[in-house]
Amino acid sequence: MRLGIVGAGTVGTAVATIATEHGHTVTAFADSETAAIDADGIDVDAAISRKHTEGVVGDEESGAALAGTFDVLVEATPTTLGDAEPAFSHVRDALQQDRHVVLANKGPIAQRYEDVRSLERESEGTVRFGATMGGALPAVSVIEDIGSAQIEAVSGALDGTANFILSRMAIEGLDYDHVLAEAQDLGVAESDPSFEVDGIDSALKAVIMANLLSDDREFTVEDADVTGIRGLSGGLLELAREDGRTIRLIAEIVEGTVRVGPRLVGDNSPIAPSGTNTAVQFETVHAGRLHVSGRGSGGPETASRVVSDLEKLP
Amino acid sequence: MNNSENGIRTFTLRLELIDEPGELLRSLEPIAEQGGNLLSIYHERGNVTPRGHVPIEVDIEATPDRFDNIVEALREVGINVIRAGTERYSEGLTILLSGHVIDTDLSDTVTQIQRTANANVTNISLSAPQGTGDISNARIELAVETGARDQVLQDIRRLAQEKDLNVIEPLLTGDAR
Repeated sequence: MRLGIVGAGTVGTAVATIATEHGHTVTAFADSETAAIDADGIDVDAAISRKHTEGVVGDEESGAALAGTFDVLVEATPTTLGDAEPAFSHVRDALQQDRHVVLANKGPIAQRYEDVRSLERESEGTVRFGATMGGALPAVSVIEDIGSAQIEAVSGALDGTANFILSRMAIEGLDYDHVLAEAQDLGVAESDPSFEVDGIDSALKAVIMANLLSDDREFTVEDADVTGIRGLSGGLLELAREDGRTIRLIAEIVEGTVRVGPRLVGDNSPIAPSGTNTAVQFETVHAGRLHVSGRGSGGPETASRVVSDLEKLP
Repeated sequence: MNNSENGIRTFTLRLELIDEPGELLRSLEPIAEQGGNLLSIYHERGNVTPRGHVPIEVDIEATPDRFDNIVEALREVGINVIRAGTERYSEGLTILLSGHVIDTDLSDTVTQIQRTANANVTNISLSAPQGTGDISNARIELAVETGARDQVLQDIRRLAQEKDLNVIEPLLTGDAR
């Protein structure tokens, strides 16, 4: 397929590379300022190299990418809250031109699910968003495969940074501030870690699953009850450990409610992965519990999910 | 223990009696009158509840219907039925509390959890590395009536809010151990 990729960060560049390996052609590639456009396929390596050396992907204006020739828009700009702009407008423009959309950006599905679905209904294009729910994790595929009616509840450690901090605190007996500083040194946490440690990233992912699971109700991050892990005392993890438990930042979707917060879980619970891993547990009607775990973020991981979505387009 | 032919099962009743002569007998009469077969009585005379009552535990055999009648009859004559059933109290629930756990009267916190919620505190572990006047943490283990878990958690949340404590709860769907 011919791809128009908007967003040239770690995910966008990984999509450009990996999708090309899979035989797709990148015909437009844009960062926030510039774009490389060629209906016969751009030189992906050259564009990525220019991005690294000159900070531009091409000579065109960024906005021109959306007017280019492509079958699928891959939206990989940074996630924004509120009205999810500019990603939402990108999605709308693509659908109005009857093109498919594959999202890596969580904003439009987490914040404007009904708007996206309604645009999709009026378009020949299809929207897929498997990459918005945790990097490499095929959580959206699991829900599609089992069917939302067969899933009673979902819970999971959805954020790798928060999971890293809590698992290090548990293992080393250290306090939050100490481990956060370590995570920042390692590049696991951003210098401003609030998106992760305040539970917003987890809430976005949970809301995306809640939207997929719900027939009639639209969820946004504002509907989620969110508590972060900032300042959590190492002593709490010690008390949990004495009882064979630990603490993880867990998102739960149960009976129309979405909540995110530090929760007590068994030490060896499938949703208490170690390090930066993430995990999701599905409570099914007839088949008990199902688990999916692995790398919940990262460029190539997320790009692999984008490529899976490309294969599933009609 | 189960007799599927006639539906007779063993039930445990936990009652709280006023510490007065004749109270024990008064509590056993409705059991006999409603057709319950008394198996054992455990009378905890030395163990007085925070309200000054004496807890007793009674094991009886009855059909589920008759058992419900027994509980109703006990309540009608003013006997305090704390727990009733075979499995109703079987669910364990563990929470962590963080904050000025000790300064905000831990003993009162425990008493309130037991009073407002259908729960019994079965174990408490404390850690106060900076001394009792500073931030401390507690792990509280509870036995909760089956089905009352959500209510118990709600009561604990409200109590924690009043005392400005943080609660680390288990999962809504139960323990993922």
